[in-house]
Amino acid sequence: MNELVFFINNVVVSGTVSGSIYAMGAIGVTLVFSIMRFAHFAHADMMTLGAFVVLLLTTLFPEVGGVVGLPSALLLLPIAMAVTAVAAVGIDRTFYKPLRAHDVKPIVMVIASLGVTLMLQGLIRLFAGTGSESLYIAERKDIFRIELPFELASRPIVVTEPQIILFVFAIVAVVSLHLFLSRSRLGKAMRAMSDNPDLARASGINTNTIVAVTWVIAGSLAAAAGTLLSLDVAFKPDLSFFLLLPIFAAAIVGGVGHPYGAIAGGFVVGFAETLAVFNWSVLLRPIRDSFPEWLELPSNLALVGTEYKIVVPFFILVAILVWRPTGIFKGKVI
Amino acid sequence: MSTIIEVSHVYKAFGGLNVINDCSIQVEQGSITGMIGPNGAGKTTLFNIIAGNLPLDAGRVLFDGEDITNMSSNELFHKGLLRTFQIAHEFSNMTALENLMMVPPRQLGENLFSAWLKPGEVSREESEVRQRAMEVIDFIGLSHVRNELAGNLSGGQKKLLELGRTMMTDARVVLLDEIAAGVNRTLLGDLVANIERLNREMGYTFLVIEHDMDMIARLCDPVIVLAQGRVMMEGTIQEVQSNPEVIEAYFGAPTE
Repeated sequence: MNELVFFINNVVVSGTVSGSIYAMGAIGVTLVFSIMRFAHFAHADMMTLGAFVVLLLTTLFPEVGGVVGLPSALLLLPIAMAVTAVAAVGIDRTFYKPLRAHDVKPIVMVIASLGVTLMLQGLIRLFAGTGSESLYIAERKDIFRIELPFELASRPIVVTEPQIILFVFAIVAVVSLHLFLSRSRLGKAMRAMSDNPDLARASGINTNTIVAVTWVIAGSLAAAAGTLLSLDVAFKPDLSFFLLLPIFAAAIVGGVGHPYGAIAGGFVVGFAETLAVFNWSVLLRPIRDSFPEWLELPSNLALVGTEYKIVVPFFILVAILVWRPTGIFKGKVI
Repeated sequence: MSTIIEVSHVYKAFGGLNVINDCSIQVEQGSITGMIGPNGAGKTTLFNIIAGNLPLDAGRVLFDGEDITNMSSNELFHKGLLRTFQIAHEFSNMTALENLMMVPPRQLGENLFSAWLKPGEVSREESEVRQRAMEVIDFIGLSHVRNELAGNLSGGQKKLLELGRTMMTDARVVLLDEIAAGVNRTLLGDLVANIERLNREMGYTFLVIEHDMDMIARLCDPVIVLAQGRVMMEGTIQEVQSNPEVIEAYFGAPTE
């Protein structure tokens, strides 16, 4: 039984954690792609930017969360989401809109977004330094140990407070995005624009508003994902930059331009990563005695070493692209 | 009659190619004005300029006395200047009915806040729009395919959907870009009848690009002939058809 608990802690919990983070990032990437038709490389650093704003606010008001019994960082997250959303719209107006007005090729937009990435990283390093900072400043991270009511299970399932917050937030975000896209008129206008921008304009849809709304959604989800990740681990200026590749892998695996695909892709990539680095020999240990004598159970049976975790998304990416070139859900438009 | 669209001295070049070259046209309110001309005469480019899809190099466009030069097409839509596309555009992932329901301007739900604050009003309006979309789709004879994805419709059905789009809102001027191309003869008769009815009963002004001479002859008065980016002549269809210059532009100079 303890082996199963080990599996739950190392695969189910951590797979859901990275899956939720990737999903929230990939939704932003995929929405930006479906409306503006370019790969937005600065997305990961928008996540860092959001977390950075939370770090700033929490440093200013470390005690504010104690009043309602939540971590201060979580209470300040909505403000950071709003700030990041405004920043995202501002970045678009300053750097991307002039390029769009000249009708440049998508690759020019991609390179511009790489520039924005470097700029954001530099700015954040300038203020936050290069080290890592915990977002729990005045309080301690709660850790929940769930004891299982079985005799054989002596070890508890361990979930931390930020992980639970992350799960709840991811579910709420996904459901409200679904309702927004399928029910609201503005969501439908977004679908229309991703389908045929010329016709959308000719149908009286203000495409500038749609672009701004897209950035608001992408920016605030990015801020939330970055903050929740930093709560779970710690804030680092390059924390989310290393998530850029798995997030893009998730968006492509799910079908580019497809928000539900991005969610599915996020979890596929997240679980693939954790399953690949999981030590399977732990699960085989209980049945070790039934093995023939010449077969010895090695102490580590992971598919790849932890240090090679980053290659897993690419393996998945290649496999999915061969099997289903448009992604799990057929991509391209919302 | 008063002038509703006035294009004066417009120029437009793509690279070194002068597509529109000092072109001036006027469209009278309540008319069905035809526009013909050989391929490459700049008809669609002129449409794109009037409808706000293309910036012009020089010149002015007036809509009911108001300067609409370089105004974006979504703003023009709200002023009542609509267009259809030569190659039918549709929201391919929505049904035919949903395509029509995308159109009505300034719906309450478009505003982010009213969607949350006044759900009752939004849903009442939604059902009004649906009602109108049903009427329109009946009118254009597509009610049997209303729940099909628009991307799966035939070319001719997509053209009808384009016309239907202009009927979802109170348009004042509709620019029709080769609405008849790819539509079969029987359907074409309906289409022409519908355009006449919209013109007579709803007071729509039409500017029509067409290659089908029968349709031009039946619908349009006056007819503008465009060649090499400028107006060659304007007159009734009989005048146009008997003009030797026009015949030459269409069929090439007679070899002697």
